[in-house]
Amino acid sequence: MNILVCVSRVPDTAAKIKVAGDNKSVETAGVKFILNPYDEYALEEAIQLQESKGGELTVLTVAGDEATDVLRTALAMGADKAIHVKANQLEKDSFYVANNIANVAKELNPDIIFLGKQSIDFDSFQISSLLGGLLDLPSVDVVSSINYADGSITGEKDIEGGKESFETSLPAIISVQKGIKEPRYPKLPQIMKAKQKPIEVKEAIETPLRTEILEMTLPEKARAGKILTGSDADIDELVRLLHEDAKVI
Amino acid sequence: MTFQGTDFFRLDELYTEEELMVRDSVREFVDEQIVPIIEDHYMKGTFPMELVEKLGNLGMFGIKTSEKYGGAGANYTTYGLAMQELERGDSGVRSFASVQNSLVMYPIETYANEEKKQEWLPKLASGKAIGCFGLTEPDHGSNPSGMLTTAKKIDGGYLLNGAKMWITNGSLADVAVVWAKLDGRITGFLVEKGMKGFSAPEMKNKHSLRASVTSELIFQDVEVPEINRLNVDGLKGPLSCLTQARYGIAYGAIGAAMQVYESSINYAKSRIQFDKPIAGFQLVQDKLVHIFDEISKAQLIAYRVGRLMESGNFKPEHISFAKRNNVKMALESCRIAREVHGANGILNEYPIMRHANNLESVYTYEGTHDIHTLILGQHITGIPAFK
Repeated sequence: MNILVCVSRVPDTAAKIKVAGDNKSVETAGVKFILNPYDEYALEEAIQLQESKGGELTVLTVAGDEATDVLRTALAMGADKAIHVKANQLEKDSFYVANNIANVAKELNPDIIFLGKQSIDFDSFQISSLLGGLLDLPSVDVVSSINYADGSITGEKDIEGGKESFETSLPAIISVQKGIKEPRYPKLPQIMKAKQKPIEVKEAIETPLRTEILEMTLPEKARAGKILTGSDADIDELVRLLHEDAKVI
Repeated sequence: MTFQGTDFFRLDELYTEEELMVRDSVREFVDEQIVPIIEDHYMKGTFPMELVEKLGNLGMFGIKTSEKYGGAGANYTTYGLAMQELERGDSGVRSFASVQNSLVMYPIETYANEEKKQEWLPKLASGKAIGCFGLTEPDHGSNPSGMLTTAKKIDGGYLLNGAKMWITNGSLADVAVVWAKLDGRITGFLVEKGMKGFSAPEMKNKHSLRASVTSELIFQDVEVPEINRLNVDGLKGPLSCLTQARYGIAYGAIGAAMQVYESSINYAKSRIQFDKPIAGFQLVQDKLVHIFDEISKAQLIAYRVGRLMESGNFKPEHISFAKRNNVKMALESCRIAREVHGANGILNEYPIMRHANNLESVYTYEGTHDIHTLILGQHITGIPAFK
């Protein structure tokens, strides 16, 4: 099977995020970047699929020069080769990324395209659906388990409060939910070998952005709590505060 | 949340992408697989056997061993960073890996017969076999040259007699690298589990390295075949292994110090006394800065020694310096961290006392702090104080 996994490079979940001076982007200096955790699940699903069915596993990112590290991590986990679509422009919206992935996918003709259900930086949730449209392929989101058959797959996806079973023909686009398969730790010998695996660099197709970020702001800090003494005399004060201050009653 | 580490002098800029990837992979493994279980093992005094196969799978054994024997063929710095992360988990787990890598696989790869390399190294690399290193004796610690264990030439091999003590992994080991005197010269042998007359009782009741197995090795007329003899003569055999291991300890100690430092920072910022976090008091800041300062210096030493070892342009004195300085700073950091945590510091809810107690052993094993002082004393004066 010919498998493509799309990954992105995102700030570490523990990173302290600051808005940059332009008020439209995130300050990247001093921030540790990692392979998007949902993409790790996608990659693990793909690696295990390749281990059982054979074929070639390609990992792809659409990003600036700095993203080589997450491609190496993906190669160390088990991908055979990587494609780095070099995005020259700083701002990339979901359409830009999806359009570039679709462009490569048309050449590669993968049997299945995996990606995480979302990247934890901008949480747009759009890439898999856009890819479905651009490539005219079935696209299933938030998938939590898959069974493989010849030319088709069945599986389950998470929906609000439950599960939904699905079946689709291949090729297809699958965005995966956390926990579909527990991602492996990159092993030392594989990390050593990863540097010999090829990373093919392609220039991005520069498409005009379809959305524009106007402003970024951090969430307001939670207000400091007030502690009343707990006597009956406080009840009136409590009601007043809930009504006038917190405005919940 | 993954551990972020301390990197004031931006050493990450000097490490290669692979080195950082290995460190981060081990770091994540330690956070997810070691930290949650280690206190329990420590309190019970048991070694976490469930980690051996996982560590083997992660590539933590045979880090520097050639790929043709199942190792990863990585460099000294990679090995050092892996030891740093493992010791952040626990000195006992790091000790297990140090022994397997530097004291067992290193001498087998460097000095053993080809057949023995092929027999043991792949099994040791995967964690399917465990090794130990027998040099220290009940009455010969800092002075290994005085060892009483002997080997006598017999038809087809050697007859070993004697006893070793303080042997990490001894009771678990499938193969022991044992040093004995043959016609008055120190020589190495591979003693295999099940050989008649070889036993390895565990030493119990330790207050330190409780999540690690420490044993005696007893040899009563153990017949060791010729093929099991190591091809090295004299004290330089065991010392060459110790050089490898001591280097790993210099990195390892930083891991323990970083763990208690992180705990101290978090505690000091959240513990409120006199209506403000104790991190805001001058005496507490002095303690925190002391640990931070020592860790930052120790990192520079470890980094430099690793690179010197990679270039082959190092002296054993460099390793004595690094082991001596870094273990002392880690032990001191634990003691200071204990003060920062107040009474809470003695609970196993925090990693402080476990690391402190472990490091009490690390301070005097693999060359005591004092012996390393004398090695450096000889280096700068030209006069050996221990002779």
